[in-house]
Amino acid sequence: MIDNLIISLIAIVGAPIIGGLLFGIDRRITARLQNRFGPPILQPFYDFFKLLGKESIAVNQIQMMYVLSHLFFAIAALLMLVLRQDLLMLMFIFAFSTISLIIGAMSVRSPYSKIGAQREIMQMLAYEPVLLLMVFGVYKVTGSFMIQSILDYPMPLIYSLPLVFFAFLYVLTIKLRKSPFDFSTSHHGHQELIKGLTTEFSGTQLALIELTHWYDLMILLGLIALFFAQPLWVGILIALGAYFLEMVIDNICARVTWPWMIKATWLIGVGTALVNIIGLYLRP
Amino acid sequence: MGLMNTSRMKSPWIIHVNCTACNGCDIEVVAALTPMFDVERFGIVNVGNPKHADVMVVTGCVNPKTARVLKNIYDQMPEPKLVLAIGACGGTGGIFAECYNVLGGPDKVIPVDAYVPGCPPRPEAIIDGAVAALGLFEAKAKAMKEKAKKAAEKAKAEA
Repeated sequence: MIDNLIISLIAIVGAPIIGGLLFGIDRRITARLQNRFGPPILQPFYDFFKLLGKESIAVNQIQMMYVLSHLFFAIAALLMLVLRQDLLMLMFIFAFSTISLIIGAMSVRSPYSKIGAQREIMQMLAYEPVLLLMVFGVYKVTGSFMIQSILDYPMPLIYSLPLVFFAFLYVLTIKLRKSPFDFSTSHHGHQELIKGLTTEFSGTQLALIELTHWYDLMILLGLIALFFAQPLWVGILIALGAYFLEMVIDNICARVTWPWMIKATWLIGVGTALVNIIGLYLRP
Repeated sequence: MGLMNTSRMKSPWIIHVNCTACNGCDIEVVAALTPMFDVERFGIVNVGNPKHADVMVVTGCVNPKTARVLKNIYDQMPEPKLVLAIGACGGTGGIFAECYNVLGGPDKVIPVDAYVPGCPPRPEAIIDGAVAALGLFEAKAKAMKEKAKKAAEKAKAEA
């Protein structure tokens, strides 16, 4: 019991620090790939504290509640991961975190915010089936939805679910909102949707969304690490490698349109995951 | 200098407003974002959304049509905010100052904190101006706090 409390506290405090640092390294590496010098590694933290100190301009009173539930559901999903709870439930809670942000963006009258929210729904439509198939594949292999059973399983999951892992890597780009799938909130402003989903959030609210983004990153990297557990350190190294791959993809890709994304994700993502799971059934 | 103030100085997000400029200054502003000058090393990001911006970079002179737009964008930015006027037109209206339809520089409509002269100024000068203006954030934040305090007291007195 007391162990769980300590683990939860470490996760809640440590995850945003590591996540923020990773985003700082991401910005630095991106700058180097573009032949620029780049901001300091601590830049995401400077941005975060600056946003906390801004005047709060809320468009409506309910907006803050949606931002807070965006944050709290992400923290809840992270806790479920570190406490080795139900993987299926984790996915649902994680999805609810994104849905809170979508409702928050929908609650204002700005067309940029609304189109951004609709695009985010399209993104969910693309990646949720793949995530559910991943959970299903894990259940097929280990016979349980619990994360504990993945860690107890004698072999790393990657041996039985290589294609599901590939599909998960594919949807990771969508989930992190990186190029070529960065159309719900373009990572660099000055584009057709200004900042899409986050256009109408400012000051503290934007800081909290940024904080949630760090938690999201840690959850996703944790899920990658699960495929290679045990030993866990191999998983963590592979997760960091996957994040580096995302940075490279982010820098070499132009943005695609949402119909293209849905077609490609359902074909490649759902296709490969399904092939893998059907293979599991056919295996003697 | 606290943590908040350091963060403010290290992460100024800019919004670039072209207020009837001839595009000479705009090209120089955009040049400052390129790999050659790379203002992101100071944490400067061009956000294009007034609600996320800390520093407004105005180029060009103001006429009655753009005055309304400029004021609107300025009002959407959350405090503490800075305004940086670029170029000769940004200072006084430049060669257009005497035109019948020109009001003058942006300071006729909104409070401007720093001017970068030149026609157009070099990107180095723009970066220099932006970094120099960041020193004003501390005073601005203090003014914002006092304003909020006064507003709260006023609301209390009315109640």
